[in-house]
Amino acid sequence: MISVENIDKSFTLHTQGGVSYSVLEGVSFRVKPGECLVLNGPSGAGKSTLLRALYANYKVDRGHILIRHNDQQIDITEAEPRAILAIRRSTVGYVSQFLRTIPRVSALDVVAEPLLGLGVEQDVAYEQACTLLERLHIPERLFHLAPATFSGGEQQRINIARGFLPGYPVMLLDEPTASLDARNRQVVVELIEEAKARGAAIVGIFHDEEVREAVATDYLEMTALESAA
Amino acid sequence: MSPELDQSQPLLTVNGLSHYYGSQLGCSNVGFDLYPGEVLGIVGESGSGKSTLLKCLSAVLPPSEGEVIYRDRTGLPHDIYQISESARRMLRRTDWGVVEQNPRDGLRLGVSAGANIGERMMAVGARHYGGIRSEAESWLDKVEIDLGRIDDLPTTFSGGMQQRLQIARNLVTRPRLIFMDEPTGGLDVSVQARLLDLLRGLVAELGLSVIIVTHDLAVARLLSHRLMVMQRGQVVESGLTDQVLDDPQHPYTQLLVSSVLLP
Ligand SMILES: Nc1ncnc2c1ncn2[C@@H]1O[C@H](COP(=O)(O)OP(=O)(O)OP(=O)(O)O)[C@@H](O)[C@H]1O
Ligand SMILES: [Mg+2]
Repeated sequence: MISVENIDKSFTLHTQGGVSYSVLEGVSFRVKPGECLVLNGPSGAGKSTLLRALYANYKVDRGHILIRHNDQQIDITEAEPRAILAIRRSTVGYVSQFLRTIPRVSALDVVAEPLLGLGVEQDVAYEQACTLLERLHIPERLFHLAPATFSGGEQQRINIARGFLPGYPVMLLDEPTASLDARNRQVVVELIEEAKARGAAIVGIFHDEEVREAVATDYLEMTALESAA
Repeated sequence: MSPELDQSQPLLTVNGLSHYYGSQLGCSNVGFDLYPGEVLGIVGESGSGKSTLLKCLSAVLPPSEGEVIYRDRTGLPHDIYQISESARRMLRRTDWGVVEQNPRDGLRLGVSAGANIGERMMAVGARHYGGIRSEAESWLDKVEIDLGRIDDLPTTFSGGMQQRLQIARNLVTRPRLIFMDEPTGGLDVSVQARLLDLLRGLVAELGLSVIIVTHDLAVARLLSHRLMVMQRGQVVESGLTDQVLDDPQHPYTQLLVSSVLLP
C-alpha cells in the first residue's frame, strides 16, 4: 500500500539567516495491508515530518513515496495538487495531533464531512458519525457545537472520529492518544485493530508504550540527525 | 461522456500572461491550468500584482502578453481576448461571476435586493415573474438574508449582508467560474467567518471553480485547494494549499507565513 524509497528531507529557514538542517536521510520502508508501522525515536527525530511527507503536507528533497490509489501506484512526491486531494479523499486518512477548527462548523459536521465528500447519503453519514462519537464517549450535547471551545481530549477524539470514519485504506496517526484517558485510549486501540483487520496500512506515532505494543506489527527506529550547516 | 462531465480537461488554461502598466510591471509570465471544481487562491502582499492578474483572467483587462483559454460547456476552447466583445459579454453573463471586494461595485444600489438577483436571471433569458421571484427568494434564503428584506434597497444592508447578496446575484445563473477579489476584505471577523462558511458550502455544493485573491492566509487555507504566491508581479511559489503554508520553500512565502499568528 505504501512504499517509501530513499527519501531525504531538510529545512532551510530563509527568514532566520538561511539556517539549514537535514531531518530525514535515506528513509525507506514498505507497509502492506493489515500492517501497522510504528515510528520510534526521540523528540525531534523527524517522526511527524515523515508522517506529513506521507500525506504530501511536506515536500521531500529526494526519493519517492508510492501510495496505492484506485489500483494504481501514485508517486505523491510528483503528483498534481488535485491528484493528491483525490488520494486524500478516498485513500489516505491523517489524524493530526491537534484539530484545526473551523468557525461555525459543528463537531458532527466536522466528523461527517469526509464521508459526505465520498458521496455517502446525508442520514447515513450523520448516523455513522453519531455512533462513532458515542463510542468515543463524546457527550451528545457537544455534537452540534463547534469544537473550538472543546477540551484538548475532546478535540482529539473529534479528530480521531473524522479520521477513522471513512475507513481509508491508508491511515497516518500522529499521537492520536496523547491527551486521552485510559478508556478512550482503549477505544482507539480497538479502532486501530479493526482498521488492520479490514486491511488498512497504518503508520503511526505513539508515545504511550502500552498502545504502541498493542498495535505495532513493525517498528522504524529514527534518530535525530546532526544538523548540517 | 459529455464534455461537460469531463473533469480531466482544464476549465481555464493560462499561458505566459504578463501585464505592464506603461513600464511598470503588473504581473509577469503567469501560467497555470484550473480544473472543474478547483479553487485556486492567489496570495501575496498588496501591490504584488494579485488584482492585476485577476483582472486579466476575468476578461476585464487585456494582458500585454499571453493568453487565457476558457473551455465552454460544450468543451470548446476560447481565447477570451480573441473572441468578439459580444461573445465575451455572453460568457460573462452565463459562465462567469465576479465577486467584487466592495459589494457596492458588484451590486446595483438603486434597485431592491430581489431585483439585484432577478436582473441577472433576466439577462440570461428568464421572463416569468413568479419564477424569478421565487428563485430570488430561494437564493436569499441560501445566503441567509431574511426574506422580509427582499424589497429593500441594498444600501440599507450591512456590509456582510451586501456581500452575501452579491454572492447570490452572482450564483443565481449557475456560472461555472467565479472570480473573487478579497471577498471578506472590509468585514468584521465574526461576519467574515459566516461568509466563509457560506462560501465553502456553496462552492462544494455547486462544484464551482473559483479563483480567489486574498492577502489573508487563513481565508486561503479555508477556501482554496491550491495556492499561488505572488511577489512583485511574479509567481514565486505554487502548489497544494497546506503544503505551501506548512512547508513553504521560497523566502518570500516563508516571510508571509511567519508574519501571521495562525496561517
Ligand atoms: N515546517 C517546518 N519548518 C522547519 N522545521 C521543521 C518543520 N517541521 C519540522 N521541523 C523540524 O524538523 C525536526 C523534526 O521535527 P518533528 O516534528 O518531525 O519531530 P518528532 O520526531 O515528531 O518530535 P516529537 O516527538 O517531539 O513530536 C525538528 O528539528 C523540527 O524543528
Ligand atoms: Mg511529532
